[in-house]
Amino acid sequence: MNKKTKDFILRSILRIFLIIISLMMVVPFLWMITTSLKTSDQIFTWPPEWIPKPVIWSNYIDATTFFPFFRYLLNTAFITICIVIGQLITCSMGGYAFARVRFPGRDTLFILYIATMMIPGQVTIIPVYILFKWLHWIDTYYAVIVPGLFSAFGTFLLRQFFLTIPRELEEAAIIDGCSIFGIYHRIILPLSKPALATLGIFTFMGAWNSFFWPLIVLNSQERMTLSVGLALFVGPFDTTFNTLMAASTLVLLPVILAYVFAQGYFVRGITLSGLKG
Amino acid sequence: MHDNKRKRRKIRGFSKVGSIEARWGYFFLLPNIIGFLTFTLIPVAVSLFLSLCRYDILTPARFVGLLNYSRLLRDSYNLNALKNTLYYTLGVIPSGIIISLFLAILVNQKLKEIVLYRALFFLPVITSMVAVSVVWAWLYDPVNGYINYILRWFGIDGPNWLGSTTWAMPAIIIMSVWKGLGFNMVIYLAALQGIPEQLYEAARIDGAGWWAQFRHITLPMVSPTTFFVLIMSVIGSFQVFDQAYIMTRGGPAEATTTMVYQIYVNAFQYFRMGYASAIAWLLFFIILGASLFQIKFQKRWVFYE
Repeated sequence: MNKKTKDFILRSILRIFLIIISLMMVVPFLWMITTSLKTSDQIFTWPPEWIPKPVIWSNYIDATTFFPFFRYLLNTAFITICIVIGQLITCSMGGYAFARVRFPGRDTLFILYIATMMIPGQVTIIPVYILFKWLHWIDTYYAVIVPGLFSAFGTFLLRQFFLTIPRELEEAAIIDGCSIFGIYHRIILPLSKPALATLGIFTFMGAWNSFFWPLIVLNSQERMTLSVGLALFVGPFDTTFNTLMAASTLVLLPVILAYVFAQGYFVRGITLSGLKG
Repeated sequence: MHDNKRKRRKIRGFSKVGSIEARWGYFFLLPNIIGFLTFTLIPVAVSLFLSLCRYDILTPARFVGLLNYSRLLRDSYNLNALKNTLYYTLGVIPSGIIISLFLAILVNQKLKEIVLYRALFFLPVITSMVAVSVVWAWLYDPVNGYINYILRWFGIDGPNWLGSTTWAMPAIIIMSVWKGLGFNMVIYLAALQGIPEQLYEAARIDGAGWWAQFRHITLPMVSPTTFFVLIMSVIGSFQVFDQAYIMTRGGPAEATTTMVYQIYVNAFQYFRMGYASAIAWLLFFIILGASLFQIKFQKRWVFYE
């Protein structure tokens, strides 16, 4: 057997492995989609069939009557956008202060701030819940958005990136009479687009998929997010699996579409945080 | 000219409190300081205090000393939740790490369409745990579920996964490993790509086979990554909640009730805020202890260049 055929065989084995694993990753989603298009009878056929016969698009309409998808989508999008923009602002400001501005107590503050990443969220939720109860913020968008505006992790991530920007650029700008705010706004931010995109995607995933906190503070359907709404849909209604899968498809679709178009950023974000964390 | 020199000195030197630069510094940090005080520092202090109280929100808090903590150690629900959380952690972490390293090695090979496989393996990571749990609850259906259908190909009669006290936790573990693989895989992939090719070449010249190369080059070279992945996974898996809430509501017969689930139930269903805070602190000390333990023992096995 010459080297070429041996190479070909090895490659084929590798490909078979990779395809089997790919199927394991994708089949749950495909099964979800085909179930969402089946009749209630066809769900229970044995052996399970892959092709829906007939295709029941109305499962999606059924799903959205009990499960106000568009309301949830709007709420989730609004909350997520506020959190992403807010975090990009607060984290870039904090990261800049920690990376570049000199003031007494900076490094002590930085270590203290980073140490808080160790504290699990469950320790702080009860006092924050009580605070919001007192502020009458329970069941408002504020309750979900405001705590999400800050992130020690995001501040840390951006600080690490800002440290890699050459100082000479700023020195030249200062000589030209640029203020400290000007440096942040005109030099640091434009040069940090990849890091900001990474943090943005990260925050997007976290806020869009977040469940525990919204479950606690949101009660009324008008303000619920997709995750909480879907969890509610599973419980009390006597829902059949086809409408449930239609609802799940609707919940997953926006994120999967975002992933298809911005895939590189998703993966890069994890790598960046993994290497520097 | 003189002016420029002063500005230059300002960049190099350390400015005093009250100087323009220091004021800008505090200005930039202000949002973070406010957020840190409101949502971290003060709540941590309040939570510590609450854990020493009986408090149901409606009536004023009553100081009870260490009562909550002593109850914690006798409460069978809490001990069961602790046991389940450990079971979940021990189930998810070794398999999650080994398989994701294996996947990273696979997707580090040179194939034309390798980027596609990487993207597919990563797909579950970006999706919502709630939606994925709903989908898997259907896959785990004992009669019409796809998983038991596949098991039948191999002549296995699949269990009543989520309805069985024996199989509910393994079912949650399998699903969670599946969902998390892509995340660790990407981190490992970056580590693998950082290993210099010369190391492998030298080993091959010395006659090392693939296993020897893996054992003596790959494993030590990725060990700092393994350490990172391990620490992060332990922290994450002790906080497991979403899957158990959606797929089983902690059941059947409390078989999948986790610590965070207990915090949720005590705080927001029974309004035992003090007791729930005490569970949260127990969780914090377990996570802290586990992290410190790993940091202390990393020297034994983590290889730094």
